[in-house]
Parts: sequence; C-alpha cells; structure tokens
Amino acid sequence: MTLLTVRDLTVDFGSGIRAVDGLDLDLDTGQVLGVVGESGSGKSVTSLAVLGLLQGATVSGEIRFDGRELTTLDQRSLRRLRGDRIAMVFQDPLSCLNPYYTVAFQIAEAYRAHHRAGRREAHKVAVRMLERVGIPEPERRARCYPHEFSGGMRQRVMIAMALCLEPDLLIADEPTTALDVTVQAQILDLLRELRREVGTAIMLITHDMGVVAGLADHVVVMHQGHAVERGAVRDVFRRPQQPYTRGLLACVPRIDGPLPHRLPTLEMTG
Amino acid sequence: MTALLETRELVKRFPVRHGLTRRLAGHVTAVDGVSLRVEPGETLGLVGESGCGKSTVARLLTRLERPTEGAIRFAGQDLADLDETALRPVRRELQMVFQDPFSSLNPRQTVRRILASPYQYQGLAPDEPVERLLERVGLRPEHADRHPHEFSGGQAQRIGIARALALRPKLVVCDEPVSALDVSVQAQILNLLKDLQDEYGLAYLFIAHDLGAVRQISTRIAVMYLGSVVETADRDTLFDAPAHPYTRALLSAVPLPDPDAERARERIVLRGDLPSPLNPPSGCRFRTRCPKAADRCAAERPALRAIAPGHEVACHFPEWNEGNDQHSPEWNEGNDQHSPEWNEGNGQHSPERNDGNGQHSPERNDGNSQHSPERNEGNDQHSPEATP
Repeated sequence: MTLLTVRDLTVDFGSGIRAVDGLDLDLDTGQVLGVVGESGSGKSVTSLAVLGLLQGATVSGEIRFDGRELTTLDQRSLRRLRGDRIAMVFQDPLSCLNPYYTVAFQIAEAYRAHHRAGRREAHKVAVRMLERVGIPEPERRARCYPHEFSGGMRQRVMIAMALCLEPDLLIADEPTTALDVTVQAQILDLLRELRREVGTAIMLITHDMGVVAGLADHVVVMHQGHAVERGAVRDVFRRPQQPYTRGLLACVPRIDGPLPHRLPTLEMTG
Repeated sequence: MTALLETRELVKRFPVRHGLTRRLAGHVTAVDGVSLRVEPGETLGLVGESGCGKSTVARLLTRLERPTEGAIRFAGQDLADLDETALRPVRRELQMVFQDPFSSLNPRQTVRRILASPYQYQGLAPDEPVERLLERVGLRPEHADRHPHEFSGGQAQRIGIARALALRPKLVVCDEPVSALDVSVQAQILNLLKDLQDEYGLAYLFIAHDLGAVRQISTRIAVMYLGSVVETADRDTLFDAPAHPYTRALLSAVPLPDPDAERARERIVLRGDLPSPLNPPSGCRFRTRCPKAADRCAAERPALRAIAPGHEVACHFPEWNEGNDQHSPEWNEGNDQHSPEWNEGNGQHSPERNDGNGQHSPERNDGNSQHSPERNEGNDQHSPEATP
C-alpha cells in the first residue's frame, strides 16, 4: 500500500535556484526507500519539504501521505502529523538534543506532546524505548544528559524519540554519517530490526551507496534536484542505466574486489 | 632499506584538568607506544575510529606536538626533541595536508600568497611560479589571485596539497584529506595524490577512517585502537586475511555497495562503545568489545608481534589461519614478564627478519622475549611538557 507519494515536487529558494526540480517519489508501507546523492543534490531539502519544515522557500507539487495532501495542510495539523505519524532522525544528534534536560525527559516530552500521559507514565515509556534501542542499563541511563552519551548512543536516543510514537514513516537524514563504521553497523542493525518488528517505513537519505545497499528496498538517485534514476535496489546496483549512477557507484573506493590504479571519476562535479 | 620515517614507542599524554582552579586530575594517554615505519616512496595507511589517536600521531610526526616519550627518526635525524629552529630545515622534507581545507587556508590571503608562504618561512626563493604549482594539482593558473572562499571543497583541498608540495618534500602526512569531500571529489583527490606520488616519488602517511580510501591508496596499513597499533600488514593481507579481531570487525562493518553481497555476509557487530581513554581497560585495550576475549586478555596486554613476514598483530588469539582458533599457550611463552608492547625484537620491522618463517612456528616469537627496559623506566618521569 502506498504510504507516501510525491509528485512534481519543486522547491525554489528564490532567485530561480531550484533545490528540487520536479521530483517524484513513492514509498510503500513498511518499505525502505533510499535517496542517494551528493551534497547539493536536493535530498535533504526533499525530506524537509515532506515534513513541511521549509520556511522561506516556495514549495509546489503534491505530497500525499496516507491519502492526505500535506502541501495544503495547516501548521496545526502538520504539527500533529509530525511525530505522531512521521518522525525524523537527523545527522547530528547533539544539535537536536537539549543539553539542559535528561534524555528520558526529552523522550517523555515527545511522547506527552501527542498522548495524554502523566509524567511517570511517560518516563516509563522513555525507559522502555531506551531499552528497545539497545542502551545498556536504561533505568540509570535515562537520568543522564546528552553530553554523557557517545555519538552512537545519542543517535539511539534520537531513534528512541522518533519511535516512541510508533510513526508510520521515519525520515532518516544521514543517520550514520557522523558515526564510526562499527557504530554505524550497530545503528543500521537497529533500523533493520525496527523496520522488521514495528513495520515502520523508512525514507533513508544518504550519500553512502553501501548504506543504501544494505537497508533499502528501492532507491532514487538524485543529482542537481532531479531524480536521475530509480528502481529496486538490486536492479539499480546491478544494472545502473544512467551514466551518473554508474559513475557514482564506480568512484567509491571499495574494500573488496579488484583494485584500479586510478579511480573512475565523475566529470560533472569538482 | 633504510626507512624514511620510523617511530619507536611513541607516547603522548595530555594533562586532564578539572574545576575552576584547573586542578590536574590526571593524564589521558592519547598515543600509547606507537611504532611505525614509512619507506621512501610508499604509502602507509593509518586507520582507526575517532579517538584512537591517529590524528595525534600525525601531529607528533610533523612535530606540531612534542611526544611525551619515544623517538621519531626522519631521514636519519631524531625529531622528538628538536626545537622550532632545528625543525625548520626538516619541514622542507616533511609536510602535512589537513582534513578541512578551508580552516587550513587563510581566508584573507590569495592563493598566490598561501602558496608562497612555505618559501617565505624557509627563506627561499620560489623555484617555480605559482601558476605551475597550481597546474600540477589540477587547478588553473588564473586561480592564483583568488581567495579560498571562491573555491569548492575539492579545489581548496588541491590548494592544500599544492602548498604541501611546494617545497618538494619526501614525506607528506595526510590527515583525513578526503573525508570532508563528496565521493566523486574524493576519487579525484585520491587519484591526484597517486599521480603526484608516481611523478615525484613521494611517501605518504595517509590517515583516514574510510577503509575503502585507505585500501585504494596504501601499500601497507596500520590499524589503531585506543592509542595503540593493533595490526600492521601489507594492503592485500590486511584486507584478505586480517588477524586482529578488531580489524576483522572493522572490515565487516564497512557497508558494501552491493545489495546481494551486503545482505549475505556475516557481520561482526561490536558491542558497546569505545572505552574512555582516561580509564582504559586493563590488559588488552580491545577486550571489552572483543568477541574472543578470555581471562588472559584482562591480565596481560598483548605485544605487537609478527605472525608472518611483514604482518604484525597485537592479540593473544590472532586469526592468522582459518581454523586456528584454539590458541596454543606456548605461543606466547616469552611474553610473560610483559613490558606492555614494546620489545627490542619488534623495533626493526624488517621483513628480512622473518624470512623463511613461512610456517608460523610458535618458537619464533622467542626472540621477542627480551624486553627493552627503556620504556618502563621512561614511564616514571613524565616529560615536563605533559604537565606544564
């Protein structure tokens, strides 16, 4: 079943610069859609547009989420939708967490914003969520402040916060980019598990082809605001049709396979 | 062959201060006995995750920091205790490229001035025009009169490389030179570094957390964990037959851009996070996250020792061979009196030393058992600069 449909999405920041230019996306319930591209390809702007978080930009086109058109929705309804049905995890968890409050308080706050729940009950939910995302000693850790957590644990807190409301869609914008590879592997495992057990659909925005290969069902390759290629992950990786996709795949140095003396490069960037 | 650069038991401790009075609360050992060797014209890759001390190693080698202990021999000279005046001629031959190209270029200077500064500092006349230098790194001559902000990240990194190359150094220490760049630009910079190496016979110490980039450019690779080198091997051995459990976990964690391979492979997911270097675990630093940890790992810190020619591992239970999981206790006999990881025999990592040792007999590590006392003595007197 289709959960999110984006048609002809165009985001204009004025002076004729179109960060996203006529983009179409489709995401089914419980599926993972990878959106890949380099900096400036418009992938993050797309996610912000879906959440209705773009200010000062002209957004046109259709964004239909579970049958509702989001572009014409008022702020109040949008706010209810965000968190409750659509949650988001960003690249830098530290800048998304309030340093003055404990992590449990912040998860509980998100929960109470959408549910009628007392402090104690919300705290219990927070501890349960921390446990769910694999924080050791959740009871004790719940009372910690963000600075006491490592980068990987902070990202787990963000995921806990996003998932305490059991959203239908999780938008993860470069969720593992700031993390070391071994920690990245833990977070990707966690996302995989949540998708399997909770059935949350994920829109995964990343520049890392490896992350997409491991997690996504479908992929959209973005370049300069356009989708240059889309399809099932296996097809796009096995038989990329567009030169840009082929170049993007070939220019990443790999840890396996043959080793070229020089890497193929994409000529259009630099 | 004589090494271009060799470090022995490099240690760097930083003071940790607390409270308003900046009371000294102890020391954090960022680099804990690192011995590396770079041959002329080769690329040694240094990999590890954040906080493992790889950038501190870079800063020690280029003497942007003074080591607390240990020796750095570069082209036959010990750099560890040289002062700025004595270091100046060394800097002609030993240069550095930094991670963030913009913060390492003065925003108020034109490219021309930036590229003239190495000569100025050395009191030399430029031996080639700036335009020519720019062409060598793939920029256009007319870029010379622009300021850094007019360039993209990849172009700015090329300027950083041009500055490092201006004096025709023998060794360039590159600290995460491509990690701030987009993948397509990364490929261009890696190619550029390789072309320049082919052309000028440069040696690189290439520091990165991206294992793909390291594989692409390195001839040999050293893996660091929590301040120490846990494994060194030539490139193909490290990627095809990693012996340290940490190296294995690190490699298995790198996502492959291939959906079938990526989903089919077995991943070693490490538990937990990196322990705090302020309070490192006893014995083996990796044991708290190691899938193979045993009692011995807590009691005794494994020394870096050769398991094959040119392949050294600091682990009690290395996997140098499939099916060799059960460890023979005799194997490490010599290491009982244990000076943490330096021993005389490991000092010269000469591949010749292990010639004919194709079959990894346990006895051959006996040679490692005379521990050099220097290291432990040195631990008692902290160098003055660690506690200023």
